Amino acid sequence: MSVFIDQQTRLVVQGITGRDGSFHARQMIGYGTKVVAGVTPGKGGQRFDGVVPVFDTVADAVRETQANTSVIYVPAAVAASAIFEAADAGIPLIVCITEGIPVLDMTRVLPYLHEHGARLIGPNCPGLISPGRSKVGIIPGTICRPGRVGIVSRSGTLTYEIVHQLSTQGLGQSTCVGIGGDPLIGTNFVHCLSAFQTDAETDAVVMIGEIGGTDEQQAADFVQQTMTKPVIGFIAGQTAPPGRRMGHAGAIISGSSGTAAEKMAAFARAGIAVMKRPADVVPLLKERL
Amino acid sequence: MNLHEYQARDILRRHGIPVPPGEVATTADEARAIAARLAGGEGGGGGPVVVKAQVHAGGRGKAGGVKLAANPAEAAAHAAKILGMTIKGLTVHRVLVAPAADIATESYVGIIVDRTSQRPVLMASAAGGIDIEEVAARTPEKIHRLAVDPRYGLLAHQALGLALQLYRDIAQARAAADIMQRLYAAFYAVGASLAEINPLVTTRDGAVVALDAKIVIDDNELERHPELAALRDTSAEAPSEVAAREAGLTFIKLDGTVGCCVNGAGLAMATMDLVKYYGGEPANFLDIGGSSNPQKVVSALQIISTDASVRAILFNIFGGITRCDDVANGIVQATRQFPLTVPIVIRLTGTNEELAVQILTQAGFSALTDMDEAVKQAVAQAKAA
Repeated sequence: MSVFIDQQTRLVVQGITGRDGSFHARQMIGYGTKVVAGVTPGKGGQRFDGVVPVFDTVADAVRETQANTSVIYVPAAVAASAIFEAADAGIPLIVCITEGIPVLDMTRVLPYLHEHGARLIGPNCPGLISPGRSKVGIIPGTICRPGRVGIVSRSGTLTYEIVHQLSTQGLGQSTCVGIGGDPLIGTNFVHCLSAFQTDAETDAVVMIGEIGGTDEQQAADFVQQTMTKPVIGFIAGQTAPPGRRMGHAGAIISGSSGTAAEKMAAFARAGIAVMKRPADVVPLLKERL
Repeated sequence: MNLHEYQARDILRRHGIPVPPGEVATTADEARAIAARLAGGEGGGGGPVVVKAQVHAGGRGKAGGVKLAANPAEAAAHAAKILGMTIKGLTVHRVLVAPAADIATESYVGIIVDRTSQRPVLMASAAGGIDIEEVAARTPEKIHRLAVDPRYGLLAHQALGLALQLYRDIAQARAAADIMQRLYAAFYAVGASLAEINPLVTTRDGAVVALDAKIVIDDNELERHPELAALRDTSAEAPSEVAAREAGLTFIKLDGTVGCCVNGAGLAMATMDLVKYYGGEPANFLDIGGSSNPQKVVSALQIISTDASVRAILFNIFGGITRCDDVANGIVQATRQFPLTVPIVIRLTGTNEELAVQILTQAGFSALTDMDEAVKQAVAQAKAA
């Protein structure tokens, strides 16, 4: 078991012939992910690297290859459209890597996904990896090790830093999920914590949040009320000045509820072990495993 | 991207929202001419005007950036004082000259996207005006909220229901409801992350009018709205932040002495936090982004180096898509173009790390692989300098 993806994952890559899509499709194939199809309108009938069939539409790809997961690498201007298309084709799990999608596009995408019963991870996220089994997205496979720690994070490279700390000190991961840094995302901390709580192969969870919004506070409530597995938490942006945007569209402090101090306090109240710095992750986990 | 009041007023006007006339002046003489024109026009009879500083800062009135003028000569005198003044660190380059409204009541109407409901939320309050933030903090029950279903938009009965919270008079409530629906349409049309009318006033003759407007455009919308991107006022932003944006970097100037150059926003924030943890102060937030282009690294080093308060530079790179060798090449190129005057500490790990170390070593730099060690060294060097 792992969360959201496993060996049954049959992946279609939307934007497989693009610069990013082609590079990461090869990386995922190399990692062992079953990449069954690619989609680029106008290139249907070709084969990517002579192997993976390319289709004009996601619907064609699903009909011909029974793809059950999609990953999106198309440019921001057409990314919302790509998510709509994947949901319409009946794909139950859609992972959107694309950064820079307008927030108002997402206000229309998210209700559509609910109606179609599809789960979206992202956008503006590194995707997810279940070490040794499957990888959907861009997380470097080389830094991960199979194991029993679940990771959920709003960040990209900060996640790699923490995974690197775990792997080099003997703690492997069950699944790492990057949920994305945008204000409106399809899958939040609570969805992931809930999945890790029921996953028989996860013993503890590391949650990496940042300033902005109140997702971490809601996650803290969930941990307190529902979770029996130990949870370790980190919040990036303790030194961020209020009211400024720190790159991630979501990392903006608006009002009093988005500060790092407030989120860390919520973690502590909920019994989540709070990391002061990335290097604290291994000692805190070892105390609790 | 923030718009100025006069730009936001134009957008509202184009969406059919009643906005009083008004024009922008960059000199006292222009202000005088506009005041004379306005006085001779609608309403006529040499009526008073208001002169308002156009800067990206709240609290303009309290800072002395909004003045009432009885005649064109006084408008010119006020404009002369306001132009060039500094409000919250920003220099005023333009003033808006508009007829002074005959105000009976002041309300507030605004739209933002709410992260929790994942919908646009319309907010309205009968307690509008300059103290709306205080109203929101102290008496949140005075702010009425409505989460709008974006599939159907703001429905007429919803808008009227909110408007009736502001006005008892049905004609005024209908006028306000129409303004709310038009504001909602404008919000989506321009790709705003915030659109507000504060105050929405009723005049002595009973008309409902948008007196002041604030619109913030989602930066991610600018590519498909070149006409909005053209409204950007770079004179209202810090030069280093303008240079960074043009180079494709995200940069925010802070007050410390350790210049930070990192890939990824989360890791950049965590690096700043770690600088503080080890007793230093970060001089900036800088994210070079996911792609690995040596030119971006050159631009980043250029921007950090021009900050006179920087005493040490810290690179923290976790290679994924970003290749460490590209970053190393960028550092070498940059330091050939402009030799550094402060010490540099480089931490690289991940994709093509070995190659990067080789490039740096040949150029006489040393590189670390541990984040904590690198931050400690950078803080120590900044303090020693």
